[in-house]
Amino acid sequence: MTDASMQSPETGRHTISLTATDERTQKRARAEKRFRSYGLAAIGTGLFFLVVLFTSILSQGLPAFQRTVVSVDFTLTEPQRDEAEGTLFKTKAYSNLFVTQLSKELSERGISVDFDEAAIERLLGKVGGTIRSFYAENPGKLNEPIKFDLTASSRVDGYFKGRVSRDTIQDSRFLQKSDLDLVDALEEAGIIKQAFNWPFIIGADSGVDNPGGAGIGASVVGSFFMMVVVLGLSLPIGVAASIYLEEFAPQNKFTDLIEVNISNLAAVPSIVFGILGLAVFIQFMHLPQSAPLVGGLVLTLMTLPTIIISTRASLKAVPPSIRDAALGVGASKMQAVFHHVLPLAAPGILTGTIIGLAQALGETAPLLLIGMVGFVARGYPDGFLAGFTEPNSAMPAQIYTWAARADVGFYEKAWGGIIILLMFLLTMNIIAIILRRRFERRW
Amino acid sequence: MPILWLILIVSAVAAVGYVLGRARALQSAGGDSRNLHSLPSFYGANVTLKILVPAFGLLIAWLLVQPFFVNSQVSGMIPESAIKEGSSRSLVMAEVRRTAFGLDNAVAQGNLTESAASDAQVDVIDVTQRLKDAGQVVTSEITQPVLRAAQSYRAMSATGYAIMSVAVLAVAVIGAVIGWLQTNAEYRARNVVEQGVRVLLLAAASIAILTTVGIVLSLVFNTWEFFKLYPASDFFFGMTWAPSFSGRGGSSELGILPLLWGTLYISIVALLVAVPIGLFAAIYLSEYASPRLRSVAKPLLEVLAGIPTIVYGLFALLTVGPLLLDIFGDSGLGWMKAGTAVMTAGLVMGIMLIPFVSSLSDDIINAVPQAMRDGSYGLGATQSETIRQVVLPAALPGIVGAILLAASRAIGETMIVVLGAGAAARLSLNPFEAMTTVTAKIVSQLTGDADFASPEALVAFALGMTLFILTLGLNVFALYIVRKYREQYE
Repeated sequence: MTDASMQSPETGRHTISLTATDERTQKRARAEKRFRSYGLAAIGTGLFFLVVLFTSILSQGLPAFQRTVVSVDFTLTEPQRDEAEGTLFKTKAYSNLFVTQLSKELSERGISVDFDEAAIERLLGKVGGTIRSFYAENPGKLNEPIKFDLTASSRVDGYFKGRVSRDTIQDSRFLQKSDLDLVDALEEAGIIKQAFNWPFIIGADSGVDNPGGAGIGASVVGSFFMMVVVLGLSLPIGVAASIYLEEFAPQNKFTDLIEVNISNLAAVPSIVFGILGLAVFIQFMHLPQSAPLVGGLVLTLMTLPTIIISTRASLKAVPPSIRDAALGVGASKMQAVFHHVLPLAAPGILTGTIIGLAQALGETAPLLLIGMVGFVARGYPDGFLAGFTEPNSAMPAQIYTWAARADVGFYEKAWGGIIILLMFLLTMNIIAIILRRRFERRW
Repeated sequence: MPILWLILIVSAVAAVGYVLGRARALQSAGGDSRNLHSLPSFYGANVTLKILVPAFGLLIAWLLVQPFFVNSQVSGMIPESAIKEGSSRSLVMAEVRRTAFGLDNAVAQGNLTESAASDAQVDVIDVTQRLKDAGQVVTSEITQPVLRAAQSYRAMSATGYAIMSVAVLAVAVIGAVIGWLQTNAEYRARNVVEQGVRVLLLAAASIAILTTVGIVLSLVFNTWEFFKLYPASDFFFGMTWAPSFSGRGGSSELGILPLLWGTLYISIVALLVAVPIGLFAAIYLSEYASPRLRSVAKPLLEVLAGIPTIVYGLFALLTVGPLLLDIFGDSGLGWMKAGTAVMTAGLVMGIMLIPFVSSLSDDIINAVPQAMRDGSYGLGATQSETIRQVVLPAALPGIVGAILLAASRAIGETMIVVLGAGAAARLSLNPFEAMTTVTAKIVSQLTGDADFASPEALVAFALGMTLFILTLGLNVFALYIVRKYREQYE
């Protein structure tokens, strides 16, 4: 650089100053800033969606874990029972006894409200039947006071959770405006209250008009049996396939064919696997419909590519020096792989398997096609082996069934089911992360 | 559970075979394992493999073949007169299988004695009633030929399983004897065992091929059946989708175009949401973000990819749908009639796809060599100019590949559209109207009551075939682009 060029600023179009930035530089700096803010905004939007998703899950799902119960101390004497059993409508007689008891309890606390047996039925369902079957099973409990915790109907539940209000309620066979007076009175007396909803967690699916009685327990069991099948099949098959491809496969057309197939299967839509399950396992092999066994088989085929890809990655991560050392002291290729490479790759394989299982646990569409819809989950299987073949549902399919029902009461259950599903997924992923942190070795 | 017992017995034989084979090898070497060709455990494993592989192979093959054999035998027994008008032999056979299954269960529960279940002279009405009492699903009244067929179905199945048990056990024992006799100090047990294990590994790897073959065959076979009942040209070029639910009849209109349009429209909306957000997020994370922000934001965004699609479906149906309805519905702009619409499903699907686009693009942007950036900075470009004019053009093929992969995800996505997009098939440009997709209709056609032989159910396989070819084509193309791009800089 010469002095001449420094001393001739007048020849340029702009006066260049080192202290003030010119317009063009400012513009470029602004563009830079704008571009950066787009990026930040994009990340912010993504995270915002995540937050909205989780708030709406939590805010709408948590009420599912609360239920409204009416707890009444009820005593049945032997003559009362004999008299009730003697009448023509036995459950009605029990209901009447219950109503009498309830009115007595209310008047003892100085609350007066008019109600009849029909109102109780709208509030609590068939009380008489519940009481009668209780005493039929436990005849020894006669003559002593028993505390009955009766689940209130889903609309009463909705009244407590704000889903139903006095302004919006319309008289129907499910609930009438006048019943809310009774509910208020019961609340004042402390008879009706909120309790933890155990029946939701351990129960099975209910009928379409009884959202209050629906529980997710049976489909959790269905999911469990499916996962047993998936784990039992996809882990050994996936590991065996990966070992072959990574350690033994010769470079030829057939190996290429396998590789292409695996990478394509990983991207096939899940519903296509459902079609495969329906056509091959049910139509062709006549395996039982709606069985967790079939669901597990379909999910195994879906999970295999995931497990194979992650297993191959962890086999590849084991340095060749390990193999060379084993071969050097006289091990066969097979021994080197099974005795040295595989144990070192095990944590990675396990992590990949857990993540694959978590994916399979949340899968819904293929299960619908093989008949594992929610309303099949009406109870627990009879035993461990029956659990694989008896019709059952799975958590996501159960949630779908609830979401597709007309009664609004089921939506709350669906959100609650999602919380449980996500808790399982979270646990599995945390286990995978811990395993990776604890056992992963960097070479 | 006789099959379970069979498996347990064969496994027990295999375990005993292992011990005996190992012992015989040691004995033949005079108790000194140095005289053996292989380690003693290989001799045991040799016997075990010779028991397990043929026995289980036979078991699986038998279980696959027997139903066909019994089916065709029993199917021949049903007289032409027993097949009702409008029904078919396969439907009657389904009834036969159901009845046979019901008889089995009724016997197991004790509602029916074994002799009554297999008695050829038993009264049909009585048996039907007993089956209903036992809680078995009996769709229509069982007719005399169906009951006879069901009884012989049961008898043949039972005989078949008995022969199978004997055959499998015999094969296991023969394998044990062969393996045991082969065992001596000179026998090259390790080579044999390792060869065997290698073949097993190859078999496991081939399951991927089998799965693909299974998918293709089940799709092709049923699609072929469908095109025999319904003209292919009407399917591919039909502008209306109106399946009849009344049963079997020519009144259904099964044109795929409205479904394809719905699929594409929803995917386009989803990509319009996911691509800008995902791409900008990827650019920021790979070029600007501090390691700290990156280590927090990247996993958090990827959480979006790990959430099951049913959650997004519910989110669309119950949160986003009503929200959009408030803004664009009758109380707001008046464009939207119901919460389920293209917009709802597309928006939520876009959220789901953000991490697909961002993670893949992030990898690809990171793969652009640093030297290219340094060159650009050296010429005085700002960071954003470098990204726009150097990094992005270099990464473009890869990014296109990532977007195509996301598109194939969007096309194959099911639960979000089943819950969020509505059920009406229509060709419309209004994104606030309900539309439906190929995947949603596969679910609805196969979960209804339509029987498998009707065009209304079979159309699902033709839809599945279309979906499979579409997504496969997109994937192969996308992977080709991504791979080609990677090679460029490696």
